Order: sequence, then C-alpha cells, then structure tokens
Amino acid sequence: MSSGAEITSQEYIKHHLTNLSVGEGFMTVHIDTLGWSVFLGLVFIMLFRSVAKKASTGVPGKLQCAVEMIVEFVDDSVKSTFHGKNPVIAPLALTIFVWVLLMNAMDWVPVDLIPRIFELFGVHYMKAVPTTDPNMTFALALGVFALIIYYSIKVKGIGGFIKELTTQPFGHWSLYPVNFILEMVTLLARPLSLALRLFGNLYAGELIFLLIATIGLFQLPVHFLWAAFHLLVIPLQAFIFMMLTILYLSLAHEDH
Amino acid sequence: MNLNMTLIGELIAFIVFVIFCMKYVWPPIIGAIEARQATIADGLAASDRAAKDLELAQEKATAQLKDAKAQAASIVEAAKKREAQIVEEAAVKAQAEKEKILASGHAEIETERNQAKEELRQQVAILAVTGAEKILERSIDAAAHSDILDKLVAEL
Repeated sequence: MSSGAEITSQEYIKHHLTNLSVGEGFMTVHIDTLGWSVFLGLVFIMLFRSVAKKASTGVPGKLQCAVEMIVEFVDDSVKSTFHGKNPVIAPLALTIFVWVLLMNAMDWVPVDLIPRIFELFGVHYMKAVPTTDPNMTFALALGVFALIIYYSIKVKGIGGFIKELTTQPFGHWSLYPVNFILEMVTLLARPLSLALRLFGNLYAGELIFLLIATIGLFQLPVHFLWAAFHLLVIPLQAFIFMMLTILYLSLAHEDH
Repeated sequence: MNLNMTLIGELIAFIVFVIFCMKYVWPPIIGAIEARQATIADGLAASDRAAKDLELAQEKATAQLKDAKAQAASIVEAAKKREAQIVEEAAVKAQAEKEKILASGHAEIETERNQAKEELRQQVAILAVTGAEKILERSIDAAAHSDILDKLVAEL
C-alpha cells in the first residue's frame, strides 16, 4: 500500500496515475514514460542485436532460438498479410511487437514496487507502464500514420492518393466531397484507434490493479487473477498493434 | 489526456529504434534463419533422394537376384539337356562302333571264306586234273587245257 496512512484510496490511485514530469503546458516531458520506454527499447535492441551479431546459420543456441522464434513469428505475420516487397515493414513490425510487449509487461510488476523504490531516492511520482501514457501510444500510432501517408503517396503518387480519397465509394463527381469526408474519417480513424485501443486497454488494466491494491488483504488472490488475465491482454494488445500496422501499410500499398 | 512534448520524444525514440532494427537487427537474424532453412531443405531433399536411391538399388538387387536365379536354373536345365545328349550320342556312337566292328568281322569272315573257296577250287582243279590224267592214262598238256580247267574251276 501507499506511504501515508491518512491517504485515501482516491488519492492513492490519483498519485499512482500521475507522471513524473518537468516543464509546463505543452512543453511538459514525462520523464518516467520516456525513461522506461527508452530503457525497454534498449533492452529489446541490445538483446536482439547481441543475437544478430552472433547469428549462426548452423545449430542455434537457446537465446538465438528464442529470438528467432519471435522474428519468424513476426515474419510469418508480415508475409501472410503484406505481399509486396518492402524492407521497412518487417523490422517495423518486430520493433512494435517486442517494444510494446515489453512496455505492456511492466503492468505485471506489482503497482507499488517501482514507485516505492524511487520514493526512497526522493522521487515522488513514477508511472512505470509507458503504454498507459497516451503520449507513448500516440507516438507509435503517428509514426505508423506517417508511414501510411508516405507509402500511399509513394506507391500511388500524390494524384492517385487524392483520387483514392475522393472517387470512392460513390462514383459520381457530385458526391466527391462526401467521399472525401468519409475517406478522411477512415484514414484518421486508423492512428486514433491504434493509439486509443492500446492506451485504453493498458490504462484500464493498470487502474484495476490499483483498485485491487486498495482492498486490503484480499488483494492477493484477486491480484493474481487479474495478473493471470493479463497473460492474455498484454501479448494480445502488442500483437493487435503489430497486425494492424502491417494491415494498414499493406492497404497503403494497394493500388486500385 | 495530456498530450505534450513526451509524444515528440517517444516519436524520435520510436524512429531511432525502428531504423536501428532495420539496419542492424532484422537482416542478420532473418538471413541466418533463411540460410538455415535452405540447409535443412537441402538436407531433407538429399535424404529423400538417398531413400529413393536405396529403394532403386534394392529393386535392382532383387531384379538381379531373380535374373541370377533364372540364369542358374537355365544353366542347370542346359546341363541336364547336354548330359542327356551326351548319353544319347555315346549310345549312338557305341551302336555305330558295334555295327562297324560287326561289319568288319563279317568282311573278314567273307574274305577268309573266299580265300578258302579259292584254295578249295584250286585243289579241286588239281584233283580234277590228276583224276582226268589218271582216267585218260595219258598226260594232258596242262598248259594247253588250262582254259578249260579254269572254266571248270569257275563253275565250282
């Protein structure tokens, strides 16, 4: 439980959902989100890079086997959805999957453990699950969105892209503005749904963990159940984010 | 929801991670995987080929064995035939030999008989001449009448 005995559960939850930040207004930077996400990203990069450096084509070691399993899983997912040739999509999907998975996995760490450790060093706020911060999920979604726009224009040309946005679903020229509005909604809904789905799922999960942490001794079995449930949620959300990224990018490559 | 500079920071981190992954992580790992897959595929193909070769060799061996058996049987058959032939030939030869021996025996007997006949004729001729001399009480010129005597002898 939290530090002071006089703290109410509402204050407790609010305290745990506050980011460690510096700056004011838009210039605010969430140090904890940025720090943990970069740390976890480095864990991913270093681990995979160490395997990549020693990658043998012969009999692989155990670590190489594990890493190759993930890589092959991502490769299969990409190949089953995206049929063109693009050197970016597969590494992008791998980065998204493993990074999001690691960040989501921070949800399994007991909600008080990391904040308490940091409190010993005089740091009062610490939100350790980066994907419960919309800044994180929107950054990922906007990165993907930028690639969607980039490849749409690269494959179809700027004219082709505009044509795709205006000439369907209705073929008549007088309905082109309506088409444009519909297609814009579809286009913009993609990054929005990507970001909000991941954020919503993880934020809600974290919130329930915090609520469970306020109910006293009974929290132990309940916490266990909720954590077990997250065995599903955490990889599933990472997988969905990766799969939708691949799908959106393959749609961007499709020429009508 | 408070979107702020964190988003920009995360975006930069995201881009850096993706680029690093694209340049230094993905290609070596997927390359190793694909190389190994190729090796395994080759190995499987080779083992398939070897199995097929083995089957072929077994078939060939069976066929050869069958051939050899058939050949052996035919050799035995030929040998038996030859044996029968040799026996027959020997029998035929023996028969011929026997006939030859018989024939030569007959011929010898014939010549001996003829010789005996000749001798007998001559002696009969001499006897007849002597008898005639005695009958006529005179000497008959044997040389002058030898043609008569010869005729007589031939008639015997």
